[in-house]
Amino acid sequence: MKINDFDSADPAAWCPGCGNFGIQAALKTALAKLGKEPRELLLVSGIGQAAKMPHYIKANFFNGLHGRALPAAAAAKIANRELTVIVTTGDGDCYGEGGNHFIHNIRRNVDMTVIVHDNQVYGLTKGQASPTSEPGMKTRIQPGGVILAPFPPLETALALGCGFVARGYAAEREHLSELILAGIRHKGFSLVDVFQPCVSFNKLNTYEWYAKRVYKVGPEHDVSDKAAAMTLAAERERLPIGVIFSKAKPSYEELSGLDAVPPLVDGDIANIDITPALADFR
Amino acid sequence: MNSEINVRITGEAGQGIVAAGMMLCRMYKDSGRYVFAIQDYMSRIRGGNNFFQVRAAAGPVRAPREKADIIIALDKEAVEANKAAQAPGGLLVLDAEKFGIKGLEKGWLDAPIYALAQEAGGPIYANSVAVGIIAALTCETFEDAGKAVDREFSAKGGELAAKNRQAARIGYDHAAKNLKDCAFRLTGAPHKSDRLLGGNEALALGAISAGCKFYAAYPMSPSTGIMNTVADYASRYGIIVEQAEDEIAAVNMAVGASFSGVRAMTASSGGGFALMCEGLSLAAMTETPLVIAVVMRPGPATGFPTRTAQEDLEFALHAGHGEFARAVYTPGSPEECFLAAKRAFNTAERFQVPALILSDQHLAESLVNMEFPDTSAEPPDRGRIFSPGSGPGPDRYAYSPDGVSARAFPGKPGPLAVADSDEHGPEGHITESAEVRISMTRKRLRLKQAGLAKGTLPPTVVNPGAATMLCGFGSTLGVMRETCAAAKGAGFIHFSQIWPFPAAAALAALKGAGRVLTVENNASGQLARLMLRETGLKPAGSILRYDGRPFTADGVAAALEKGEFS
Repeated sequence: MKINDFDSADPAAWCPGCGNFGIQAALKTALAKLGKEPRELLLVSGIGQAAKMPHYIKANFFNGLHGRALPAAAAAKIANRELTVIVTTGDGDCYGEGGNHFIHNIRRNVDMTVIVHDNQVYGLTKGQASPTSEPGMKTRIQPGGVILAPFPPLETALALGCGFVARGYAAEREHLSELILAGIRHKGFSLVDVFQPCVSFNKLNTYEWYAKRVYKVGPEHDVSDKAAAMTLAAERERLPIGVIFSKAKPSYEELSGLDAVPPLVDGDIANIDITPALADFR
Repeated sequence: MNSEINVRITGEAGQGIVAAGMMLCRMYKDSGRYVFAIQDYMSRIRGGNNFFQVRAAAGPVRAPREKADIIIALDKEAVEANKAAQAPGGLLVLDAEKFGIKGLEKGWLDAPIYALAQEAGGPIYANSVAVGIIAALTCETFEDAGKAVDREFSAKGGELAAKNRQAARIGYDHAAKNLKDCAFRLTGAPHKSDRLLGGNEALALGAISAGCKFYAAYPMSPSTGIMNTVADYASRYGIIVEQAEDEIAAVNMAVGASFSGVRAMTASSGGGFALMCEGLSLAAMTETPLVIAVVMRPGPATGFPTRTAQEDLEFALHAGHGEFARAVYTPGSPEECFLAAKRAFNTAERFQVPALILSDQHLAESLVNMEFPDTSAEPPDRGRIFSPGSGPGPDRYAYSPDGVSARAFPGKPGPLAVADSDEHGPEGHITESAEVRISMTRKRLRLKQAGLAKGTLPPTVVNPGAATMLCGFGSTLGVMRETCAAAKGAGFIHFSQIWPFPAAAALAALKGAGRVLTVENNASGQLARLMLRETGLKPAGSILRYDGRPFTADGVAAALEKGEFS
């Protein structure tokens, strides 16, 4: 497949210079390398700037409710396990509004890849704090600066037993596309948290700010070592990008028996005989 | 000989009241009687006071009665809590020594329930002893009671089953010998109504039969019984039952699975359904078929978790933000629950809308014996699914005269599958266009609603235009039927589908009626308001019950006689 096989006719409605363009390019590159056709892919999103992504990539898409991409995506995959399911979501959508689903879908471990456009601010609602905003960041709603502790997505995912945890940076497109591809190939819930500069509302975490702090995780890091992964994830001064943790574990599809049967969607429902069950109600 | 008898077994949670009740139901059913049984229990796992009340009769019965002819109490508190329910001339059986009760009141019978249970192996057998005592008081032989005990405990292993059978036998022998003079004799004849189930079970079987392949829900009384039954048969019928982290997840999962192309549903009660409202609206906007069962209980908030109400009619009619078409089924019996589930899946897919099934604790958990309805009725109709030439065009939300466009499924042949919760054009992408907005609103609301209205289930009507016409929906079918059979000049109309409202059928049934009264398990007369709005006809009053308990046949008859309505 070629990158432009995934071009959408719908023009992007993001601000010029938005980090989302980098993520879009990285995702298309990863999809081209994956080699699946748009028909085999399902992009699922909630609401927010990140959640517009499915409109801008040629594939099946489900653009649902704010915070609710994960349950819809998990069930769409359960219904047809042959789909490659990718969720594009933001820090507000996934870690705020949808926080409960983030927790429990890591536990559920349905095979899907969750790309979180983490710009540490609310874009679509114009500049309020997000769950990952830095303490002290001033906004119109938080004029004295954010006082809530930031939500730690990587550490949370690791603590919940997520089998694939990675972090990318929107400006490092090639590197990010490799992370996304590795996430898609991992069987189970894969988290790719992506630093995404917001040029309109986040004046703190700018391209320059990230450039000074991010560094690529080197080959010396053992991605199957959870303690080492936790240490990396906890870094706050310098910010590691790359695969933080990756280890195979049984997916929902394997544990539920779904993998052993044809996709649910292919089942014949025209001739279901309920009479054997009725015999129990005497 | 009596043509019917009303038996109540009562005690605290954990004493096996439900098991005993099930045994009584099967005992009567298999000995040629018809049964209608209600479960009255508290929101707790141990302690308190619960009862299971079985009305057994020579002919079909579909409503509870207020007073019990025989009450058997398994603890002292049960005596106090239930003595007011004793019918005139009825019996209250208790263990005076065990409960420390001195001086029996009129109609009280002493039986050493716990000493007899001890003979069988210990106090846990008291419920089976009680079944044996009731068998001796109301049946000719022990045979059907013995079979019912075996059936109840067969899955739990030989020793337990044998000891329970022995306990029932001991209870039977004791009562046959010592309480013989007090026996009620009940007429009955063999019949074919040998299925025994409640609304939740029937609704679940309907969903399985309809081809539901994905069921996501968060447990909530009194809807959990549906999930239990679907789960019992999940592996046999290839269904995934997923316990969601909350009701918001449950409804979004159902929508996601449906988008992928399987029949999917969720269920809850008022509070959980409240959490689903945004997802309901999502199904409407994305035109994704969705079935939700709402099994009502009294609110507001947590309310009475284990009791009954019909308070959420207006809520179900209006739930979800924005304006869109929907169907709301309000079945009145387990048979109607089965058919409503099958119908709801077809409606949801034919019109690509949310279809709600509104039940309540009384309908969901009351047990009734029946000949099961034709299971082949209402075969699956998947509605319009894209295939070349299926029209009106490849666009997911293409305009069409009936508002319904062809669906495509992700990963399957045809155009890409798309869904958008934003306002969108025919191709499914976000739009801000005023013209598109108007067209899409017409599609989702008016065109679909018009199609749905043509398919509304006809109401059940008995004695149209009678001097007194009762009107109800959902679980009041049985009580209205019985009231009207007994009261002179009374008829009723029962709505098995309340939305789109069958206004013409209602007006035809009520034409010439003397007075029109609604019968509703709520405090405000929601059906009466709906009827006024949809037909222009204002009911003269409403018989309302909002104490968390179901209507009884004698209760409605008394209200009619005394003119007690608001």
